[in-house]
Amino acid sequence: MTTNTTNSAAARELNDELMVELRGVNKWYGQFHVLKDVNLEVRKGERIVICGPSGSGKSTTIRCINRLEEHQKGDIIVGGTTLNNDLKNIETIRREVGMVFQHFNLFPHLTVLENCCLAPIWVRKIPRKEAEAMAMKYLERVKIQDQALKFPGQLSGGQQQRVAIARSLCMNPQVMLFDEPTSALDPEMIKEVLDVMIELAQEGMTMICVTHEMGFAKTVADRVIFMDKGQIIEENDPHNFFNHPQSERTQLFLSQILQH
Amino acid sequence: MSNLSKVRHDMLPNLPPPASSVGVIGWMRANLFSNITNSVLTLFALYLLYILLTPTISWVFINSDWTGSSRDACTSGGACWVFVANRFDQFMYGFYPEAEIWRINLTFLLLVAQVLWLMLPNLPYKGMVAAVVLLVFPILAYFLLYGGSFGLEVVETHKWGGLSLTLVLAIVGIVAALPFGVLLALGRRSEMPIVKSFCVVYIEFWRGIPLITVLFMASVMLPLFVPEEMNFDKLLRAMIGIVMFQSAYMAEVVRGGLQAIPKGQYEAAQALGLNYWKMMVFVVLPQALKLMIPGIVNTFIALFKDTSLVLIIGLFDLLAIVQAGLTDPKWLGFSVEGYAFVAFVFWVFCFGMSKYSQHLENRFHTGHGSR
Ligand SMILES: Nc1ncnc2c1ncn2[C@@H]1O[C@H](COP(=O)(O)OP(=O)(O)OP(=O)(O)O)[C@@H](O)[C@H]1O
Ligand SMILES: [Mg+2]
Repeated sequence: MTTNTTNSAAARELNDELMVELRGVNKWYGQFHVLKDVNLEVRKGERIVICGPSGSGKSTTIRCINRLEEHQKGDIIVGGTTLNNDLKNIETIRREVGMVFQHFNLFPHLTVLENCCLAPIWVRKIPRKEAEAMAMKYLERVKIQDQALKFPGQLSGGQQQRVAIARSLCMNPQVMLFDEPTSALDPEMIKEVLDVMIELAQEGMTMICVTHEMGFAKTVADRVIFMDKGQIIEENDPHNFFNHPQSERTQLFLSQILQH
Repeated sequence: MSNLSKVRHDMLPNLPPPASSVGVIGWMRANLFSNITNSVLTLFALYLLYILLTPTISWVFINSDWTGSSRDACTSGGACWVFVANRFDQFMYGFYPEAEIWRINLTFLLLVAQVLWLMLPNLPYKGMVAAVVLLVFPILAYFLLYGGSFGLEVVETHKWGGLSLTLVLAIVGIVAALPFGVLLALGRRSEMPIVKSFCVVYIEFWRGIPLITVLFMASVMLPLFVPEEMNFDKLLRAMIGIVMFQSAYMAEVVRGGLQAIPKGQYEAAQALGLNYWKMMVFVVLPQALKLMIPGIVNTFIALFKDTSLVLIIGLFDLLAIVQAGLTDPKWLGFSVEGYAFVAFVFWVFCFGMSKYSQHLENRFHTGHGSR
């Protein structure tokens, strides 16, 4: 996929500093127990891929990290700050955590450039001129600078998703969360988005990606996590995860997903 | 065996799109005279239009009288617009002192100039002009219309009337109701139980009573309850009543717009760290507002016409003042002309607003989909 293969966790010197930490996280929707005692430690610069069958709680897990969903038990610690019910605390954490959604969720009434500048100007209080210059820099990085003045509705799905990534990067986040960023895209657009994500990984961004792109997991992930029925079933480095899966459920899942 | 393989070697050039219309005659042939039944129906419709329109046009324009100073000038048998022409100033300005009428003209001229500035594309300083219209202009308009300082003589509100009163009521009603409506709608969707129940009760209460009752309450009942010295102007009371009533309707229009915004928009805004108010102001409301334009214009048109109800509390809006003119013994018998004039003025304003709202919807259209 890329010319230079990314070194995996074993070869890479990882910082000891914890970026995201989930300790015994439990969540219920009404009576339904969605997350059961989820424990996860993500170090600075680490790239995590979460996979698992539909409805297993992958989205819910990462959406708890920036409080799009509220967990009922356990602790979530992001960059040293423990998530609690205080709005200030939630906003502090959200500033440091970028998120890319399956359906892009760009703001359709704003141009691409305005989409990127909105939060830096109003949340980070960066002067408009500087914010625009920075937005152009990130738009260039996702190779979409010539569409800056268009509206999202005028772009293809792949272009929209790259804008969404640039929009998150403009906030200079310490962690990026991806929730199936390529699953609403046509095959030829998947690659352009994955290339951007791979580049981002190589630059040392801490990333937690929910994805079924196993090629991506093999090239960039430091650790692959398999979830089922709201629990983490197995986690391992990509080589061992794909070649020597321990749990039966993981083996079944992998055989299904790698068949086609 | 046949050869199934096909390959294109030369790429096709870009061509201009085909002409979409083929002229008036082509259009008529396609739409009005496509077959015998259609042709017969078209001719019949034309005949109907002919027998309805000719007498009307003749009454309004051809056999009508326009100049003169009394009913004796009306000799042609058609409409007698002399009545309207003679009382035109009163229909526009009510009983406002003649020497001060320039104040009304100036106020509306200023308003029109500012609104035009905002409406015409490509003019600079729109934000500043909008701020002036909303914050400075109302104060200026108050001093111009009511007077009392800067050497301007006070004109009591019971002298106000005619079209200018109708416009003052409608504009104040809608402009003040919009922000209250937005707040009420947000409150109704809020998760805080006290705020939410207050908004629900407010909206349901005001939507459940007719405007005429509100006006009666404001003009007749209120003075009974509040002490003498706190009693304030009748027009002001009517305005407050209208604004409270209108906010409830506006709130429901806004709520409809808010409901149409996908959840993903809220989530994206939150994920970027925007707090509730920033998310609403920069992401949700601008999109919702676009969807609300037809509803807002609709309520505005309804309110514009409903202002006529103030006649029951003794304020002379356009309709009331024309009716008052009709009872003048010198002009008895010209009610058709009077009402036709009122209808025409209302129609011009309402049609204009409706057209402008369509234009706005097109201008805010930024490509397809709302994700
Ligand atoms: N708002 C909600 N209310 C009730 N149940 C919900 C809600 N959102 C999700 N669920 C349920 O929680 C479970 C986990 O959902 P989640 O979206 O986290 O799954 P997922 O692993 O991301 O699946 P997918 O691969 O389909 O995206 C599912 O069974 C889903 O039906
Ligand atoms: Mg999901």
